[in-house]
Amino acid sequence: MTTLPATTSSDSRHYAGLLVPWAVAAAALIYAYNAGGYIISVANFALIYAIFVTGLNIFMGFAGQVSFGQNAFAGISGYMSAVLTTTYGWPPLAGVAAGVVGAMLAAAILGYPTLRLKGHYLAMATLALGLIVYEVAVEWDSVTAGYMGISGIPPLGVGGFEVYSDQAMLIMLATLAALGALAAAGIRNSRIGRAFVAIAGSEEAARALGINVSRYKLAAFVISAVYAAIAGSLFVHVVGFVSPEVFGLHMVVLAFTMLYVGGIGTVLGPVIGAIIITALPEVIRDFKDYQDLAYGAVLILILIYMPRGLASLPELWRQWRDDSRRRAS
Amino acid sequence: MSLLRLEHLTRRFGGLTAVDNVSLTVEPGGVTAIIGPNGAGKTTLFNLISGAIAPTEGRVFLDDREITGKPPEQIAALGLVRTFQLVQLFRDLTVLENVKVGTHLHTRGGLISALFRTAGARREEQKVEERALELLEFVGLASHAETRAAVLPYGQQRLLEIARALAARPRLLALDEPAAGLNTEESRGLSAMIRRVADQGIKVLLIEHDMNLVMNTADQIAVLDFGRHIATGTPDEIRKDPAVLRAYLGEKEASHA
Repeated sequence: MTTLPATTSSDSRHYAGLLVPWAVAAAALIYAYNAGGYIISVANFALIYAIFVTGLNIFMGFAGQVSFGQNAFAGISGYMSAVLTTTYGWPPLAGVAAGVVGAMLAAAILGYPTLRLKGHYLAMATLALGLIVYEVAVEWDSVTAGYMGISGIPPLGVGGFEVYSDQAMLIMLATLAALGALAAAGIRNSRIGRAFVAIAGSEEAARALGINVSRYKLAAFVISAVYAAIAGSLFVHVVGFVSPEVFGLHMVVLAFTMLYVGGIGTVLGPVIGAIIITALPEVIRDFKDYQDLAYGAVLILILIYMPRGLASLPELWRQWRDDSRRRAS
Repeated sequence: MSLLRLEHLTRRFGGLTAVDNVSLTVEPGGVTAIIGPNGAGKTTLFNLISGAIAPTEGRVFLDDREITGKPPEQIAALGLVRTFQLVQLFRDLTVLENVKVGTHLHTRGGLISALFRTAGARREEQKVEERALELLEFVGLASHAETRAAVLPYGQQRLLEIARALAARPRLLALDEPAAGLNTEESRGLSAMIRRVADQGIKVLLIEHDMNLVMNTADQIAVLDFGRHIATGTPDEIRKDPAVLRAYLGEKEASHA
């Protein structure tokens, strides 16, 4: 075990590096909490997306698959929760639970045949899932009220306590997003997470080591759908309104941007990406007419210089150090 | 009881018969090598045994239990674990994590233990870590445990792949051209390591091009030529076998490459 001392010291520095993003995220939330008003709604939006993208990352970043259709599960859950709480008067938590279970079942049933596809074909098939759910939300007028959407969705609450104020929602969402990230970290560092990343690395090798690839792909897909479902339900109860556009293609594009900018395959990348991408338009608002240009430029710069996203900064630094050490020896 | 038995195994790709009616018995213990000139069907035979492709005809038995057409993950669970001619590492994972993935078959735990980190789950993780480090020690990669697999030199990548396969506790370890791309010294080290694996009671099945490695490592050798099984014997017998000499040196050789 001559290697242990060296490993331990680089580990502790590694963990210190991991704390930085948490600290930045916490500072951003405290700022939003105190600023209130519009800023806090932006922060709430970012946190809901953080949950959604954390789930997307389990399927795409860990298991190395691709889905353009996780918005379908946010939509299924969000609409189920909205309809059950408004039309049928269910308590919000029961509505959320039903929505999440519904989306989970849908993911298991739809995932089973869909996940036989790979690469671009899988991308197209999942894209179709999202489009189908969107169309259903538009056309099933008697239940979903079509383009009009459903308003007056009650806020979340337990017993007599309702999460109504912006501040209370911020705290609730921040807690859930942090729990979501911790759960993703737990998954990543476990047997099931290792099976996911093995599939991403080489399906052939994973199978040769006894990993049932199709079962674990489905597991990653369903777990990812549960995150999407929770995010979808949270959205409708936090905003109090839902329409098909909420879970449309725009959601997919936004989530992908967050995933790649934050750092696909990392635990904190989705959270960082969600916060940065949601905050970016607010920050560059001063550019006025050139706002979109600045937005695009920032994205391109990040993707060129940090292809594994902002969360990879500590890793890039370590790699650079290892490489220069190897050259020296 | 034989460990591995092939009965009339045939695989055709369109008009090409890559493996032609091969019957072969592999006894437990020691190292058995399958050799043959380029294009003799060695890798196809290997893929048939490990379940990567299905045979056109014939049957495969592991411990007298038929495994023909079973998927690779089930065959691995029965104790036959393989490596690949083109190294198939999980390139973005660390060396240590690669080996940890190898313990999949002999560990338990799904989502619940991942999320709640129970005492049992933590104990098992501890064991996985210890076992993985032991295996890295065994192949001489312990000092690279935290290195990303992709940046290892090629020779070490091969050793890592073997450590990872050993983590799956095979009874039969099948190595597909493990010496490809190694220099003489690395190849000698590999030979010694294969012997040490066999000494632990793990049967090694070796598909190899490098005659030096095969002659120094194998107890038994089976020779393929044009998909057909043309000879079996000890290294000394194979060296003198006229059919083998013809296959390797005869005028046919030019058309194989």
